[in-house]
Amino acid sequence: MKKSQKRSLTIIFSIISAVYVLPILIVFMNSFKANTSVKTETFKIPTGDSFVGFANYIKGATFGNYPFLQSVGNSFIITVISVALILVCTSMAAWYIARVGSLFSKIVYYLCIFSMIVPFQMVMFTLARTADDLGLNTPVTIPIIYLGFGAGLAVFMFVGFVKSIPLEIEEAAAIDGCGPIRTFFMVVLPMLKPTLISVGVLEIMWVWNDYLLPYLVLDRTKYMTIPIHIQFLRGSYGAVDLGAIMALITISIIPIIIFYLTCQKHIIKGVAAGAVKG
Amino acid sequence: MKLKRDAAALNSKLLRRPIQKCFILFLIPTFGAFIIGFIYPFLQGIYLSFCKFITTRNATFIGIDNYKTALTDSTFLHAFWYTALFAIVSLLLINILAFAIAYALTREIKGSNLFRTVFFMPNLIGGIVLGYIWSMIFDGVLSRYNTSILLESKYGFWGLIILMCWQQIGYMMIIYIAGIQSVPEDMIEAARIDGASGWQTLIKVVIPSVMPSITICTFLTLTNSFKLFDQNLALTGGSPFEFKSDGTIIKTTEMLALNIYNTFYGSNTAARGTAQAKAVIFFVLVATISIIQLRATRNKEVQQ
Repeated sequence: MKKSQKRSLTIIFSIISAVYVLPILIVFMNSFKANTSVKTETFKIPTGDSFVGFANYIKGATFGNYPFLQSVGNSFIITVISVALILVCTSMAAWYIARVGSLFSKIVYYLCIFSMIVPFQMVMFTLARTADDLGLNTPVTIPIIYLGFGAGLAVFMFVGFVKSIPLEIEEAAAIDGCGPIRTFFMVVLPMLKPTLISVGVLEIMWVWNDYLLPYLVLDRTKYMTIPIHIQFLRGSYGAVDLGAIMALITISIIPIIIFYLTCQKHIIKGVAAGAVKG
Repeated sequence: MKLKRDAAALNSKLLRRPIQKCFILFLIPTFGAFIIGFIYPFLQGIYLSFCKFITTRNATFIGIDNYKTALTDSTFLHAFWYTALFAIVSLLLINILAFAIAYALTREIKGSNLFRTVFFMPNLIGGIVLGYIWSMIFDGVLSRYNTSILLESKYGFWGLIILMCWQQIGYMMIIYIAGIQSVPEDMIEAARIDGASGWQTLIKVVIPSVMPSITICTFLTLTNSFKLFDQNLALTGGSPFEFKSDGTIIKTTEMLALNIYNTFYGSNTAARGTAQAKAVIFFVLVATISIIQLRATRNKEVQQ
Protein backbone atom coordinates (compact mmCIF):
# COMPACT_ATOMS: atom_id res chain seq x y z
CA MET A 1 0.00 0.00 0.00
CA LYS A 2 1.23 3.47 -0.94
CA LYS A 3 2.15 6.03 1.67
CA SER A 4 -0.51 8.48 0.50
CA GLN A 5 -3.15 5.77 0.77
CA LYS A 6 -2.06 4.99 4.32
CA ARG A 7 -2.20 8.62 5.26
CA SER A 8 -5.73 9.01 3.90
CA LEU A 9 -6.78 5.88 5.82
CA THR A 10 -5.42 7.40 9.02
CA ILE A 11 -7.42 10.57 8.37
CA ILE A 12 -10.61 8.62 7.61
CA PHE A 13 -10.23 6.55 10.77
CA SER A 14 -9.53 9.62 12.89
CA ILE A 15 -12.87 11.01 11.76
CA ILE A 16 -14.72 7.72 12.36
CA SER A 17 -13.14 7.40 15.83
CA ALA A 18 -14.22 10.91 16.70
CA VAL A 19 -17.80 10.06 15.67
CA TYR A 20 -17.54 6.82 17.62
CA VAL A 21 -16.80 8.48 20.96
CA LEU A 22 -19.39 11.19 20.33
CA PRO A 23 -22.29 9.44 22.17
CA ILE A 24 -20.22 9.30 25.35
CA LEU A 25 -19.16 12.94 24.96
CA ILE A 26 -22.80 13.95 24.44
CA VAL A 27 -23.77 12.26 27.71
CA PHE A 28 -20.92 13.99 29.49
CA MET A 29 -21.90 17.34 28.00
CA ASN A 30 -25.57 16.94 28.86
CA SER A 31 -24.76 16.08 32.44
CA PHE A 32 -23.94 19.77 32.93
CA LYS A 33 -27.15 21.04 31.36
CA ALA A 34 -30.49 22.08 32.79
CA ASN A 35 -33.36 19.61 32.36
CA THR A 36 -35.18 21.45 29.54
CA SER A 37 -32.04 22.03 27.48
CA VAL A 38 -31.23 18.30 27.40
CA LYS A 39 -34.36 17.68 25.39
CA THR A 40 -34.42 20.74 23.18
CA GLU A 41 -30.74 21.27 22.40
CA THR A 42 -29.24 17.83 22.95
CA PHE A 43 -26.22 18.45 20.74
CA LYS A 44 -25.26 21.94 21.84
CA ILE A 45 -22.39 22.71 24.20
CA PRO A 46 -23.81 23.99 27.51
CA THR A 47 -23.49 27.78 27.78
CA GLY A 48 -25.00 30.55 29.84
CA ASP A 49 -28.52 29.63 30.93
CA SER A 50 -28.29 25.95 30.10
CA PHE A 51 -25.07 25.41 32.11
CA VAL A 52 -25.73 24.31 35.68
CA GLY A 53 -22.32 23.07 36.76
CA PHE A 54 -22.29 20.16 39.16
CA ALA A 55 -25.87 20.72 40.33
CA ASN A 56 -27.04 17.69 38.33
CA TYR A 57 -24.53 15.46 40.07
CA ILE A 58 -25.62 16.56 43.50
CA LYS A 59 -29.28 16.24 42.57
CA GLY A 60 -28.79 12.88 40.85
CA ALA A 61 -26.92 11.36 43.75
CA THR A 62 -29.58 12.29 46.26
CA PHE A 63 -32.99 12.23 44.62
CA GLY A 64 -35.56 9.54 45.22
CA ASN A 65 -35.70 7.58 48.42
CA TYR A 66 -32.78 5.40 47.36
CA PRO A 67 -29.42 7.18 47.02
CA PHE A 68 -27.55 6.38 43.83
CA LEU A 69 -24.25 5.91 45.63
CA GLN A 70 -25.80 3.01 47.51
CA SER A 71 -26.56 1.36 44.16
CA VAL A 72 -22.97 1.96 43.09
CA GLY A 73 -21.83 0.35 46.34
CA ASN A 74 -24.09 -2.66 45.80
CA SER A 75 -22.79 -3.11 42.26
CA PHE A 76 -19.22 -3.05 43.62
CA ILE A 77 -19.97 -5.55 46.40
CA ILE A 78 -21.79 -7.96 44.12
CA THR A 79 -19.14 -7.80 41.39
CA VAL A 80 -16.15 -8.21 43.70
CA ILE A 81 -17.57 -11.10 45.75
CA SER A 82 -19.05 -12.90 42.74
CA VAL A 83 -15.92 -12.72 40.62
CA ALA A 84 -13.65 -13.77 43.51
CA LEU A 85 -15.95 -16.67 44.33
CA ILE A 86 -16.20 -17.77 40.70
CA LEU A 87 -12.42 -17.63 40.18
CA VAL A 88 -11.53 -19.63 43.30
CA CYS A 89 -14.32 -22.23 43.19
CA THR A 90 -14.40 -22.95 39.46
CA SER A 91 -10.63 -23.20 39.10
CA MET A 92 -10.59 -25.76 41.92
CA ALA A 93 -13.46 -27.67 40.36
CA ALA A 94 -11.77 -27.56 36.95
CA TRP A 95 -8.53 -28.96 38.37
CA TYR A 96 -10.45 -31.77 40.01
CA ILE A 97 -12.34 -32.53 36.78
CA ALA A 98 -9.22 -32.48 34.60
CA ARG A 99 -7.04 -34.53 36.94
CA VAL A 100 -9.49 -37.09 38.35
CA GLY A 101 -11.44 -37.97 35.20
CA SER A 102 -14.04 -40.12 36.98
CA LEU A 103 -17.51 -40.64 35.53
CA PHE A 104 -19.00 -38.14 37.97
CA SER A 105 -16.51 -35.42 37.12
CA LYS A 106 -17.15 -35.99 33.41
CA ILE A 107 -20.88 -35.61 33.95
CA VAL A 108 -20.31 -32.34 35.82
CA TYR A 109 -18.08 -31.14 32.98
CA TYR A 110 -20.63 -31.88 30.26
CA LEU A 111 -23.41 -30.31 32.32
CA CYS A 112 -21.27 -27.17 32.56
CA ILE A 113 -20.85 -27.07 28.78
CA PHE A 114 -24.57 -27.63 28.39
CA SER A 115 -25.36 -24.71 30.68
CA MET A 116 -23.47 -22.36 28.35
CA ILE A 117 -26.09 -22.73 25.62
CA VAL A 118 -29.12 -22.19 27.87
CA PRO A 119 -30.53 -18.64 27.67
CA PHE A 120 -31.38 -16.94 30.97
CA GLN A 121 -35.10 -16.65 30.13
CA MET A 122 -35.33 -20.44 30.35
CA VAL A 123 -34.54 -20.48 34.07
CA MET A 124 -35.36 -16.96 35.25
CA PHE A 125 -38.75 -17.57 36.82
CA THR A 126 -37.82 -20.70 38.74
CA LEU A 127 -34.36 -19.36 39.61
CA ALA A 128 -35.80 -16.19 41.16
CA ARG A 129 -38.14 -18.34 43.26
CA THR A 130 -35.36 -20.74 44.35
CA ALA A 131 -33.07 -17.84 45.28
CA ASP A 132 -35.83 -16.27 47.32
CA ASP A 133 -36.55 -19.51 49.20
CA LEU A 134 -32.89 -19.98 50.06
CA GLY A 135 -32.36 -16.36 51.13
CA LEU A 136 -29.92 -15.67 48.29
CA ASN A 137 -31.52 -12.29 47.64
CA THR A 138 -29.02 -9.89 49.22
CA PRO A 139 -25.84 -8.42 47.66
CA VAL A 140 -23.72 -10.65 49.92
CA THR A 141 -25.50 -13.91 49.09
CA ILE A 142 -26.39 -13.37 45.42
CA PRO A 143 -22.80 -14.31 44.39
CA ILE A 144 -23.80 -17.95 44.99
CA ILE A 145 -26.35 -17.61 42.20
CA TYR A 146 -23.70 -16.02 39.98
CA LEU A 147 -21.33 -18.87 40.79
CA GLY A 148 -23.98 -21.41 39.83
CA PHE A 149 -25.22 -19.75 36.66
CA GLY A 150 -21.78 -18.58 35.52
CA ALA A 151 -19.90 -21.79 36.33
CA GLY A 152 -20.25 -23.20 32.81
CA LEU A 153 -17.97 -20.87 30.89
CA ALA A 154 -15.43 -20.56 33.72
CA VAL A 155 -15.10 -24.32 34.29
CA PHE A 156 -14.85 -24.87 30.54
CA MET A 157 -12.03 -22.35 30.12
CA PHE A 158 -10.11 -23.59 33.18
CA VAL A 159 -10.37 -27.26 32.22
CA GLY A 160 -9.03 -26.43 28.75
CA PHE A 161 -6.00 -24.73 30.29
CA VAL A 162 -5.32 -27.31 33.04
CA LYS A 163 -5.19 -30.04 30.40
CA SER A 164 -2.34 -28.21 28.69
CA ILE A 165 -0.21 -28.14 31.89
CA PRO A 166 2.27 -31.04 31.99
CA LEU A 167 1.47 -33.54 34.74
CA GLU A 168 5.13 -33.90 35.72
CA ILE A 169 5.18 -30.62 37.61
CA GLU A 170 2.39 -31.69 39.93
CA GLU A 171 3.83 -35.19 40.23
CA ALA A 172 7.14 -33.73 41.33
CA ALA A 173 5.30 -31.73 43.98
CA ALA A 174 3.46 -34.87 45.13
CA ILE A 175 6.70 -36.85 45.37
CA ASP A 176 8.18 -34.06 47.46
CA GLY A 177 5.32 -34.64 49.89
CA CYS A 178 2.98 -31.85 48.86
CA GLY A 179 -0.70 -32.59 49.49
CA PRO A 180 -3.40 -31.75 46.94
CA ILE A 181 -4.48 -28.55 48.66
CA ARG A 182 -0.98 -27.15 48.77
CA THR A 183 -0.27 -28.42 45.26
CA PHE A 184 -3.28 -26.56 43.97
CA PHE A 185 -2.65 -23.25 45.69
CA MET A 186 1.16 -23.17 45.48
CA VAL A 187 1.81 -24.91 42.16
CA VAL A 188 -1.27 -24.98 39.92
CA LEU A 189 -2.93 -21.64 40.72
CA PRO A 190 0.15 -19.53 39.83
CA MET A 191 0.35 -21.32 36.49
CA LEU A 192 -3.33 -20.55 35.82
CA LYS A 193 -2.72 -16.79 35.96
CA PRO A 194 -3.41 -15.97 32.27
CA THR A 195 -6.71 -17.86 32.36
CA LEU A 196 -7.59 -16.35 35.75
CA ILE A 197 -7.24 -12.91 34.16
CA SER A 198 -9.27 -13.84 31.07
CA VAL A 199 -12.08 -15.42 33.07
CA GLY A 200 -11.95 -12.57 35.59
CA VAL A 201 -12.38 -9.95 32.88
CA LEU A 202 -15.30 -11.78 31.28
CA GLU A 203 -17.05 -12.27 34.61
CA ILE A 204 -16.49 -8.67 35.72
CA MET A 205 -18.05 -7.39 32.49
CA TRP A 206 -20.98 -9.77 32.88
CA VAL A 207 -21.79 -9.21 36.56
CA TRP A 208 -21.24 -5.43 36.58
CA ASN A 209 -23.56 -4.87 33.62
CA ASP A 210 -26.11 -7.58 34.39
CA TYR A 211 -29.62 -6.26 34.77
CA LEU A 212 -32.24 -8.99 34.71
CA LEU A 213 -30.72 -11.48 37.16
CA PRO A 214 -30.26 -9.06 40.08
CA TYR A 215 -33.54 -7.35 39.18
CA LEU A 216 -35.46 -10.60 39.62
CA VAL A 217 -33.42 -12.07 42.46
CA LEU A 218 -32.59 -9.15 44.77
CA ASP A 219 -35.10 -7.80 47.24
CA ARG A 220 -35.84 -4.67 45.19
CA THR A 221 -37.17 -2.54 48.00
CA LYS A 222 -33.84 -2.82 49.82
CA TYR A 223 -31.18 -3.32 47.16
CA MET A 224 -30.59 -1.84 43.72
CA THR A 225 -27.60 -1.98 41.39
CA ILE A 226 -26.54 0.63 38.83
CA PRO A 227 -28.44 -0.87 35.86
CA ILE A 228 -31.54 -1.45 38.01
CA HIS A 229 -31.40 2.09 39.36
CA ILE A 230 -31.09 3.63 35.89
CA GLN A 231 -33.91 1.53 34.46
CA PHE A 232 -36.01 2.40 37.52
CA LEU A 233 -35.54 6.12 36.93
CA ARG A 234 -36.36 5.67 33.27
CA GLY A 235 -39.67 4.13 34.26
CA SER A 236 -40.65 7.52 35.66
CA TYR A 237 -39.70 9.22 32.39
CA GLY A 238 -40.57 12.90 32.19
CA ALA A 239 -41.06 13.16 35.93
CA VAL A 240 -37.32 12.89 36.43
CA ASP A 241 -34.67 15.48 35.66
CA LEU A 242 -32.93 14.37 32.44
CA GLY A 243 -29.78 16.31 33.24
CA ALA A 244 -29.50 14.52 36.56
CA ILE A 245 -29.87 11.16 34.84
CA MET A 246 -27.09 12.07 32.44
CA ALA A 247 -24.96 12.84 35.49
CA LEU A 248 -25.74 9.38 36.91
CA ILE A 249 -24.86 7.71 33.60
CA THR A 250 -21.57 9.61 33.62
CA ILE A 251 -20.88 8.38 37.16
CA SER A 252 -21.59 4.81 36.12
CA ILE A 253 -19.46 4.98 32.95
CA ILE A 254 -16.37 6.47 34.62
CA PRO A 255 -15.35 3.29 36.53
CA ILE A 256 -15.76 1.29 33.31
CA ILE A 257 -13.54 3.64 31.33
CA ILE A 258 -10.87 3.65 34.06
CA PHE A 259 -11.00 -0.14 34.21
CA TYR A 260 -10.73 -0.34 30.43
CA LEU A 261 -7.84 2.09 30.05
CA THR A 262 -5.79 0.45 32.83
CA CYS A 263 -6.33 -3.20 31.86
CA GLN A 264 -6.99 -2.76 28.15
CA LYS A 265 -4.55 -5.47 27.01
CA HIS A 266 -5.99 -8.09 29.37
CA ILE A 267 -9.55 -7.15 28.53
CA ILE A 268 -9.08 -7.55 24.78
CA LYS A 269 -7.20 -10.82 25.30
CA GLY A 270 -9.81 -12.17 27.71
CA VAL A 271 -12.68 -11.26 25.43
CA ALA A 272 -10.99 -12.92 22.47
CA ALA A 273 -10.32 -16.07 24.56
CA GLY A 274 -13.96 -16.22 25.63
CA ALA A 275 -15.20 -15.82 22.07
CA VAL A 276 -13.32 -18.79 20.68
CA LYS A 277 -14.83 -21.07 23.29
CA GLY A 278 -16.45 -23.36 20.64
CA MET B 1 -3.34 -36.95 21.01
CA LYS B 2 -6.39 -37.32 23.20
CA LEU B 3 -5.71 -41.00 23.90
CA LYS B 4 -2.19 -40.25 24.98
CA ARG B 5 -3.38 -37.56 27.37
CA ASP B 6 -5.98 -39.81 28.96
CA ALA B 7 -3.39 -42.56 29.36
CA ALA B 8 -1.12 -40.12 31.12
CA ALA B 9 -3.92 -39.10 33.45
CA LEU B 10 -4.69 -42.70 34.29
CA ASN B 11 -1.06 -43.43 35.03
CA SER B 12 -0.87 -40.58 37.43
CA LYS B 13 -2.48 -42.40 40.37
CA LEU B 14 0.04 -40.46 42.35
CA LEU B 15 -2.13 -37.40 41.76
CA ARG B 16 -5.57 -38.83 41.29
CA ARG B 17 -6.13 -40.56 44.60
CA PRO B 18 -5.18 -37.69 46.92
CA ILE B 19 -7.22 -35.23 44.85
CA GLN B 20 -10.22 -37.51 44.92
CA LYS B 21 -10.04 -37.51 48.69
CA CYS B 22 -10.50 -33.73 48.65
CA PHE B 23 -13.72 -34.08 46.65
CA ILE B 24 -15.75 -32.05 49.13
CA LEU B 25 -13.38 -29.11 49.09
CA PHE B 26 -12.70 -28.96 45.35
CA LEU B 27 -15.88 -29.95 43.57
CA ILE B 28 -18.77 -29.48 45.98
CA PRO B 29 -18.83 -25.65 46.26
CA THR B 30 -19.12 -25.21 42.49
CA PHE B 31 -21.37 -28.19 42.01
CA GLY B 32 -23.68 -27.19 44.86
CA ALA B 33 -24.06 -23.66 43.50
CA PHE B 34 -24.50 -25.13 40.02
CA ILE B 35 -27.45 -27.21 41.25
CA ILE B 36 -29.05 -24.18 42.91
CA GLY B 37 -28.29 -21.74 40.12
CA PHE B 38 -28.83 -23.93 37.10
CA ILE B 39 -29.80 -27.61 37.28
CA TYR B 40 -32.76 -27.34 39.65
CA PRO B 41 -34.32 -24.22 38.04
CA PHE B 42 -33.77 -25.75 34.60
CA LEU B 43 -35.51 -29.05 35.40
CA GLN B 44 -38.27 -27.30 37.29
CA GLY B 45 -38.69 -24.96 34.33
CA ILE B 46 -39.20 -27.85 31.95
CA TYR B 47 -41.73 -29.43 34.31
CA LEU B 48 -43.63 -26.18 34.79
CA SER B 49 -43.95 -25.70 31.03
CA PHE B 50 -46.49 -28.55 31.19
CA CYS B 51 -48.36 -27.02 34.11
CA LYS B 52 -50.82 -24.30 34.96
CA PHE B 53 -49.36 -22.17 37.74
CA ILE B 54 -49.15 -18.73 39.28
CA THR B 55 -46.40 -19.47 41.77
CA THR B 56 -44.10 -22.49 41.56
CA ARG B 57 -45.82 -24.07 44.58
CA ASN B 58 -49.34 -24.58 43.26
CA ALA B 59 -48.76 -26.07 39.80
CA THR B 60 -51.25 -28.45 38.19
CA PHE B 61 -50.22 -30.67 35.30
CA ILE B 62 -52.09 -29.90 32.07
CA GLY B 63 -50.02 -31.54 29.32
CA ILE B 64 -48.99 -29.71 26.16
CA ASP B 65 -51.70 -27.04 26.25
CA ASN B 66 -49.14 -24.35 27.10
CA TYR B 67 -47.15 -25.14 23.97
CA LYS B 68 -50.31 -24.96 21.84
CA THR B 69 -51.17 -21.56 23.31
CA ALA B 70 -47.60 -20.33 22.87
CA LEU B 71 -47.35 -21.36 19.23
CA THR B 72 -50.64 -19.71 18.31
CA ASP B 73 -49.91 -16.54 20.28
CA SER B 74 -49.71 -13.76 17.69
CA THR B 75 -47.44 -11.60 19.88
CA PHE B 76 -44.96 -14.47 20.19
CA LEU B 77 -44.95 -15.12 16.44
CA HIS B 78 -44.55 -11.41 15.76
CA ALA B 79 -41.61 -11.31 18.18
CA PHE B 80 -40.06 -14.32 16.47
CA TRP B 81 -40.15 -12.85 12.96
CA TYR B 82 -39.08 -9.46 14.24
CA THR B 83 -36.12 -11.06 16.02
CA ALA B 84 -35.20 -13.12 12.95
CA LEU B 85 -35.26 -10.04 10.70
CA PHE B 86 -33.24 -8.08 13.24
CA ALA B 87 -30.72 -10.93 13.54
CA ILE B 88 -30.13 -11.12 9.78
CA VAL B 89 -29.75 -7.36 9.26
CA SER B 90 -27.46 -6.91 12.26
CA LEU B 91 -25.43 -10.02 11.33
CA LEU B 92 -24.68 -8.67 7.85
CA LEU B 93 -24.00 -5.08 8.90
CA ILE B 94 -21.87 -5.86 11.96
CA ASN B 95 -19.74 -8.47 10.23
CA ILE B 96 -19.12 -6.52 7.03
CA LEU B 97 -18.21 -3.34 8.90
CA ALA B 98 -16.12 -5.15 11.53
CA PHE B 99 -14.20 -7.05 8.86
CA ALA B 100 -13.58 -3.90 6.80
CA ILE B 101 -12.27 -2.05 9.87
CA ALA B 102 -10.11 -5.00 10.94
CA TYR B 103 -8.68 -5.32 7.43
CA ALA B 104 -7.84 -1.64 7.25
CA LEU B 105 -6.32 -1.57 10.75
CA THR B 106 -3.96 -4.46 9.94
CA ARG B 107 -2.47 -2.41 7.04
CA GLU B 108 0.08 -0.87 9.43
CA ILE B 109 -1.49 2.57 9.36
CA LYS B 110 -0.53 5.19 11.91
CA GLY B 111 -2.62 5.25 15.08
CA SER B 112 -4.22 1.84 14.55
CA ASN B 113 -3.78 0.99 18.25
CA LEU B 114 -5.66 4.08 19.28
CA PHE B 115 -8.45 3.33 16.81
CA ARG B 116 -8.72 -0.21 18.14
CA THR B 117 -9.07 1.10 21.69
CA VAL B 118 -11.82 3.49 20.64
CA PHE B 119 -13.83 0.94 18.63
CA PHE B 120 -13.78 -1.64 21.40
CA MET B 121 -14.81 0.69 24.23
CA PRO B 122 -18.64 0.65 23.81
CA ASN B 123 -18.51 -3.09 24.39
CA LEU B 124 -17.91 -2.56 28.09
CA ILE B 125 -20.99 -0.45 28.69
CA GLY B 126 -24.04 -2.41 29.84
CA GLY B 127 -27.18 -2.78 27.76
CA ILE B 128 -29.46 -0.70 29.99
CA VAL B 129 -27.10 2.29 30.02
CA LEU B 130 -26.52 1.93 26.27
CA GLY B 131 -30.25 1.97 25.63
CA TYR B 132 -30.65 5.10 27.68
CA ILE B 133 -27.76 6.90 25.96
CA TRP B 134 -29.08 6.15 22.49
CA SER B 135 -32.72 6.91 23.25
CA MET B 136 -31.58 10.38 24.34
CA ILE B 137 -29.56 10.83 21.14
CA PHE B 138 -32.28 9.54 18.80
CA ASP B 139 -34.92 11.66 20.50
CA GLY B 140 -32.59 14.63 20.30
CA VAL B 141 -32.55 14.22 16.52
CA LEU B 142 -36.15 13.12 16.03
CA SER B 143 -37.65 15.84 18.24
CA ARG B 144 -36.70 18.34 15.50
CA TYR B 145 -39.19 16.56 13.26
CA ASN B 146 -41.74 16.44 16.07
CA THR B 147 -41.55 12.69 16.51
CA SER B 148 -39.83 10.18 18.80
CA ILE B 149 -38.24 6.75 18.64
CA LEU B 150 -41.22 5.47 20.60
CA LEU B 151 -43.72 6.55 17.95
CA GLU B 152 -42.62 4.66 14.82
CA SER B 153 -41.57 1.01 14.73
CA LYS B 154 -39.11 1.58 11.89
CA TYR B 155 -37.21 4.11 14.02
CA GLY B 156 -37.12 1.54 16.83
CA PHE B 157 -35.78 -1.13 14.49
CA TRP B 158 -33.02 0.93 12.90
CA GLY B 159 -32.25 2.58 16.22
CA LEU B 160 -31.57 -0.79 17.78
CA ILE B 161 -29.49 -1.79 14.74
CA ILE B 162 -27.34 1.34 15.12
CA LEU B 163 -26.98 0.69 18.86
CA MET B 164 -25.91 -2.91 18.32
CA CYS B 165 -23.46 -1.95 15.58
CA TRP B 166 -21.92 0.62 17.88
CA GLN B 167 -21.61 -1.92 20.67
CA GLN B 168 -20.51 -5.01 18.79
CA ILE B 169 -18.35 -3.88 15.86
CA GLY B 170 -15.36 -3.46 18.17
CA TYR B 171 -15.74 -6.95 19.62
CA MET B 172 -16.01 -8.65 16.24
CA MET B 173 -13.16 -6.48 14.96
CA ILE B 174 -10.85 -7.94 17.66
CA ILE B 175 -11.65 -11.50 16.50
CA TYR B 176 -11.16 -10.57 12.85
CA ILE B 177 -7.84 -8.84 13.58
CA ALA B 178 -6.58 -11.99 15.31
CA GLY B 179 -7.68 -14.02 12.28
CA ILE B 180 -6.12 -11.71 9.70
CA GLN B 181 -2.84 -11.50 11.64
CA SER B 182 -2.53 -15.30 11.59
CA VAL B 183 -2.57 -15.36 7.78
CA PRO B 184 1.06 -16.09 6.78
CA GLU B 185 2.76 -13.02 5.32
CA ASP B 186 4.48 -15.06 2.57
CA MET B 187 1.11 -16.26 1.28
CA ILE B 188 0.07 -12.67 0.62
CA GLU B 189 3.54 -11.92 -0.75
CA ALA B 190 3.29 -14.88 -3.17
CA ALA B 191 -0.11 -13.71 -4.40
CA ARG B 192 1.32 -10.24 -5.02
CA ILE B 193 4.31 -11.61 -6.96
CA ASP B 194 1.92 -13.65 -9.10
CA GLY B 195 0.32 -10.35 -10.06
CA ALA B 196 -2.83 -10.41 -7.93
CA SER B 197 -4.39 -7.02 -7.30
CA GLY B 198 -5.19 -5.86 -3.78
CA TRP B 199 -8.86 -6.79 -4.27
CA GLN B 200 -7.98 -10.26 -5.64
CA THR B 201 -5.65 -10.92 -2.69
CA LEU B 202 -8.45 -10.03 -0.31
CA ILE B 203 -11.10 -12.23 -1.97
CA LYS B 204 -8.93 -15.19 -2.95
CA VAL B 205 -6.33 -15.34 -0.19
CA VAL B 206 -7.29 -13.43 2.96
CA ILE B 207 -11.01 -14.24 3.22
CA PRO B 208 -10.61 -18.02 2.69
CA SER B 209 -7.89 -18.10 5.36
CA VAL B 210 -10.00 -16.27 7.95
CA MET B 211 -13.07 -18.47 7.47
CA PRO B 212 -12.87 -19.76 11.09
CA SER B 213 -13.09 -16.19 12.42
CA ILE B 214 -15.98 -15.49 10.05
CA THR B 215 -17.89 -18.54 11.34
CA ILE B 216 -17.31 -17.56 14.98
CA CYS B 217 -18.41 -13.97 14.44
CA THR B 218 -21.43 -14.95 12.38
CA PHE B 219 -22.77 -17.20 15.09
CA LEU B 220 -21.85 -14.81 17.89
CA THR B 221 -23.83 -12.00 16.27
CA LEU B 222 -26.69 -14.40 15.57
CA THR B 223 -26.99 -15.70 19.14
CA ASN B 224 -26.44 -12.21 20.56
CA SER B 225 -29.38 -10.91 18.51
CA PHE B 226 -31.62 -13.78 19.51
CA LYS B 227 -30.83 -13.40 23.20
CA LEU B 228 -31.01 -9.60 23.14
CA PHE B 229 -32.92 -8.24 26.12
CA ASP B 230 -31.43 -5.26 27.98
CA GLN B 231 -30.94 -3.05 24.93
CA ASN B 232 -34.40 -3.85 23.61
CA LEU B 233 -36.00 -3.07 26.97
CA ALA B 234 -34.09 0.16 27.51
CA LEU B 235 -34.32 1.63 24.01
CA THR B 236 -38.00 1.17 23.11
CA GLY B 237 -39.42 -1.44 25.51
CA GLY B 238 -41.63 -2.64 22.65
CA SER B 239 -43.22 0.71 21.71
CA PRO B 240 -45.16 1.58 19.62
CA PHE B 241 -48.10 -0.72 20.36
CA GLU B 242 -50.56 -1.90 17.75
CA PHE B 243 -54.10 -2.67 18.87
CA LYS B 244 -55.71 -5.54 16.95
CA SER B 245 -59.48 -5.92 16.51
CA ASP B 246 -59.51 -9.17 18.55
CA GLY B 247 -58.15 -7.37 21.58
CA THR B 248 -54.51 -8.45 21.39
CA ILE B 249 -51.85 -5.81 21.70
CA ILE B 250 -48.81 -6.30 19.48
CA LYS B 251 -45.73 -4.53 20.78
CA THR B 252 -44.16 -3.86 17.41
CA THR B 253 -40.51 -3.63 18.50
CA GLU B 254 -40.62 -6.43 21.07
CA MET B 255 -38.10 -9.22 20.60
CA LEU B 256 -38.33 -12.85 21.77
CA ALA B 257 -36.61 -12.51 25.14
CA LEU B 258 -38.64 -9.43 26.05
CA ASN B 259 -41.85 -11.15 24.90
CA ILE B 260 -41.17 -14.05 27.27
CA TYR B 261 -40.40 -11.65 30.09
CA ASN B 262 -43.61 -9.67 29.49
CA THR B 263 -45.68 -12.86 29.40
CA PHE B 264 -44.21 -13.97 32.74
CA TYR B 265 -44.50 -10.70 34.59
CA GLY B 266 -47.41 -9.07 32.78
CA SER B 267 -50.75 -8.37 34.42
CA ASN B 268 -52.18 -11.72 33.26
CA THR B 269 -50.71 -14.11 35.84
CA ALA B 270 -52.63 -17.04 34.35
CA ALA B 271 -50.29 -16.89 31.32
CA ARG B 272 -47.21 -17.95 33.28
CA GLY B 273 -47.45 -21.54 32.05
CA THR B 274 -47.51 -20.21 28.50
CA ALA B 275 -44.51 -18.04 29.28
CA GLN B 276 -42.54 -21.03 30.55
CA ALA B 277 -43.47 -22.99 27.39
CA LYS B 278 -42.28 -20.04 25.29
CA ALA B 279 -39.04 -20.08 27.28
CA VAL B 280 -38.51 -23.77 26.49
CA ILE B 281 -39.13 -23.13 22.78
CA PHE B 282 -36.73 -20.20 22.97
CA PHE B 283 -34.13 -22.40 24.65
CA VAL B 284 -34.45 -25.07 21.93
CA LEU B 285 -34.04 -22.38 19.27
CA VAL B 286 -30.93 -20.82 20.82
CA ALA B 287 -29.43 -24.22 21.65
CA THR B 288 -29.89 -25.40 18.06
CA ILE B 289 -28.05 -22.35 16.72
CA SER B 290 -25.24 -22.89 19.26
CA ILE B 291 -24.86 -26.58 18.40
CA ILE B 292 -24.69 -25.85 14.67
CA GLN B 293 -22.04 -23.26 15.51
CA LEU B 294 -20.00 -25.77 17.50
CA ARG B 295 -20.14 -28.26 14.62
CA ALA B 296 -19.23 -25.63 12.04
CA THR B 297 -16.20 -24.33 13.96
CA ARG B 298 -14.97 -27.88 14.67
CA ASN B 299 -15.19 -28.84 10.97
CA LYS B 300 -13.29 -25.74 9.91
CA GLU B 301 -10.52 -26.53 12.37
CA VAL B 302 -10.14 -30.06 10.97
CA GLN B 303 -9.76 -28.76 7.43
CA GLN B 304 -6.87 -26.51 8.32
